[in-house]
Amino acid sequence: MATTATAPAYGPTDSYVGKSGIWAWLTTVDHKRIGTLYLFTSLFFFIVGGLEAGMIRWQLAGPNKHVLSAEAYNQMFTMHGTTMIFLAVMPLSAAFFNYLIPLQIGARDVAFPRLNAFSYWVYLFGAMFMNFSWFIGAAPNGGWFGYAPLTTMQFSPGLNIDFWVIGLQILGVSSLAAAFNFITTIINMRAPGMNLMRMGMFTWNAFVVQFLLVLAFPVITIALVFLLFDRFFGTNFYTIAAGADPLLWQHLFWIFGHPEVYILILPAFGLTSEIIPAFSRKPIFGYPVMVYATMLIAFLGFGVWAHHMFAVGMGPIGDTVFGVTTLLIAIPTGVKIFNWIFTMWGGSIRFSTAMKFAIGLVALFTIGGISGVMHASPPADLQQTDTYFVVAHFHYVLFGGSMMGIFGGIYFYYPKMTGRLLSEKLGTWHFWLTFVGMNLTFFPMHFSGLLGMPRRIYTYEAGQGLETFNLLSSIGTAVLMVGTLIFIVNFFRSFKAGAIAGNDPWGGGTLEWSIPSPPPEYNFARIPRVTSRYPMWDVKTPALTAEVPHTVKGDTRLDVDVASKHTGHAHPNPVGNEPKQVAESGMHIELATGESAKDLGIPMPNPTIKPLLCAAGMVIMFSGLLFIHKNNMPLALATIMGGALIMIVSLYGWLLTPLEDAH
Amino acid sequence: MAHAAAAHSAHDTTHGHPPTSTGLDNKKIAIWAFIGSECMLFASLISTYLIYKGRSLVGPYPHEACLPPVCSTPLKAILNIPVTSASTFVLLMSSLAMVLALSAVEMKDQPMPQGFGARLLRSSRLWLWMTALLGTTFLGFQAFEFTSFVHEGLTLRTNLFGSSFFTLTGFHGAHVTVGVLWLLTLLAIDYRRGLGPKDALNVDIAALYWHFVDVVWIAIFTLVYLIK
Repeated sequence: MATTATAPAYGPTDSYVGKSGIWAWLTTVDHKRIGTLYLFTSLFFFIVGGLEAGMIRWQLAGPNKHVLSAEAYNQMFTMHGTTMIFLAVMPLSAAFFNYLIPLQIGARDVAFPRLNAFSYWVYLFGAMFMNFSWFIGAAPNGGWFGYAPLTTMQFSPGLNIDFWVIGLQILGVSSLAAAFNFITTIINMRAPGMNLMRMGMFTWNAFVVQFLLVLAFPVITIALVFLLFDRFFGTNFYTIAAGADPLLWQHLFWIFGHPEVYILILPAFGLTSEIIPAFSRKPIFGYPVMVYATMLIAFLGFGVWAHHMFAVGMGPIGDTVFGVTTLLIAIPTGVKIFNWIFTMWGGSIRFSTAMKFAIGLVALFTIGGISGVMHASPPADLQQTDTYFVVAHFHYVLFGGSMMGIFGGIYFYYPKMTGRLLSEKLGTWHFWLTFVGMNLTFFPMHFSGLLGMPRRIYTYEAGQGLETFNLLSSIGTAVLMVGTLIFIVNFFRSFKAGAIAGNDPWGGGTLEWSIPSPPPEYNFARIPRVTSRYPMWDVKTPALTAEVPHTVKGDTRLDVDVASKHTGHAHPNPVGNEPKQVAESGMHIELATGESAKDLGIPMPNPTIKPLLCAAGMVIMFSGLLFIHKNNMPLALATIMGGALIMIVSLYGWLLTPLEDAH
Repeated sequence: MAHAAAAHSAHDTTHGHPPTSTGLDNKKIAIWAFIGSECMLFASLISTYLIYKGRSLVGPYPHEACLPPVCSTPLKAILNIPVTSASTFVLLMSSLAMVLALSAVEMKDQPMPQGFGARLLRSSRLWLWMTALLGTTFLGFQAFEFTSFVHEGLTLRTNLFGSSFFTLTGFHGAHVTVGVLWLLTLLAIDYRRGLGPKDALNVDIAALYWHFVDVVWIAIFTLVYLIK
């Protein structure tokens, strides 16, 4: 059965490049446009989550304040956590996955462009669904971890938790669909010569993250299904009176929740691993070790979940096992930190804004990592758990880690996405305000935590030594907000006012810098042939990659013999790594020509509205569950069936329409 | 292979897509990723069932009778292993029919052999119908089982066993239902324009899903029904 190697020849299709307007965006299946949509949406929710944090810090700026009621405070911290994790940082990473993975592996799109659009629309509608709860005054209030039995109907009778459970269920569909897509893309759509061990470090980190998503999300899906069934259909999964285990939710949630931590940080690690080599003018130190460390972090990440549960009293054996596995994770993480430092060591470093953020990640994540190692010890953790010390820890890794890496990634890749540079002057202000504001906000929390200030409590009494630390934290948040405001100004102003970037403003080594900025819809007019990890440096600055392994003998997919410059035969006596020969082997730099895919005869997928309709139908279907809570069964059934009908009809329409016009 | 790649690279500025890195179709890789994800889904369901085994405070119980004073009226062990063995056999046979359906689709463009039996083996419609029918029979068994359990006093709400049993087997049944709808879709295409070797990949993917759902049932049948 030869469905394999060469796809059938398709003819050119109507190109929609350059077409703008709302319809082009609603129907787009282009990974770059979808990445852009992800970027804008997730930045919006980052700001929403930041405003929620601002409310929390305003309330806690002094003792016994009443900016928020206790109930409003619960909603605020729940939505802050949920928003930042599921609506901001994960989709910010998804923006980069979408935009960069095909560019870094030399592909013209992702494996399933329409599924990709579906993922985005599910995310958008799911995020809107969850935030709609604010407008009816029933925002989720059970914490981002939603511990059952607290979140069962008995203890949380309102609609709040329903919005949370259903919202997360919807967002899980988006993440899973995207993960299947990117796994397939990375395994199957690499350009000739792009071996796994030549992929950009960002693509590697993204690849590992997709496996975490695929294996971790089903577990929370089931935990949420149990909770939904308990709330709506009267099952007993979390009913202690029926003999249920009060720890069932905690185990299921953290089996998902700890890998989720790496889902949040690894993409930022990937971006940092692109930025540091580019601005140090050196290949990444210890590339294979970086790859193995990433895999090891992901693997160990599935064996540490119960360190979130030391306080429940698992007994000495459970505590010991999970304490030790948690300590073990520090090893591959430490390897990464040292590899970044060794990459910078002896390099000719340029302190651009992106580089500042990347170095900021290395420094701040290390602080968060060290306090993480402190939590790995159960006796120490028992003192720290549920205090602000833990809040300090995970903000150092999430803000100091993930967000610093993502900001760095935005400064680094904005020119690729828009064709223009962000202002370095405003960027420097943004960086320093963020760096100072972040430390001012979160460092004092170590102390308020060690003094015993509990998390998730809406106020505190005066005279316990907490006032100064809390005031400092709140001032820090204000500084962070000013920094973010400068970033927003920079982001929007540079669309028109930024300096023209050209293909390769930073002198990067990976494939995305070989094509125009912004890339044409087909990305690569000619699919490149890759002979090393830094194909662009091979062409432009071969001295930088003299010590990087290159293709030295025949490669059937590459169809070249680099050393002999003959095609199709392995050279009996490879000459070596002369970069000049490599440069002539088929790697090239493409200039902006303005030619459409049609002009070049490159088949592109047709735009379609069906993924959007399918996503909308699914979200309508899920939201019908809310009416069950209100005991309005006819309306519930109508909404669920109506949504399901829209979903199924558009799904069939989508599956029965070919992706592109046949020749 | 090398030849195809060579021919292709000569024209990579013009028509068509470059070959995939593994030589496999994208859909094949995606369905395996999906199956990996489904493994975790069912692992979570099965683990929860096993964790809650023997923790129900009231009957009915799966393997042992519930007698007074725990249950006001005596309840017998609820699982009907002979009936479920029959439905398991039906589902396993459906996998065989699925294999034959795929093989028939793959060989569509080869000349028809002589002999009634050999010709029967080459009918994709027959074996797709057979698979769908066996799947539906399995669902019928499940509907019968659920109804009789409800009559014997076990619902989703009765106890931990009821909650975890119905959720686990219900999820599996939902997967079988999706599979049957998938098979019926393939049949509709077969009647409309005839499935041929170029569709073999799509049938193969449906088959992978179908076999996976079967394998999950083997795990459920062993862990829930057979082990006391």
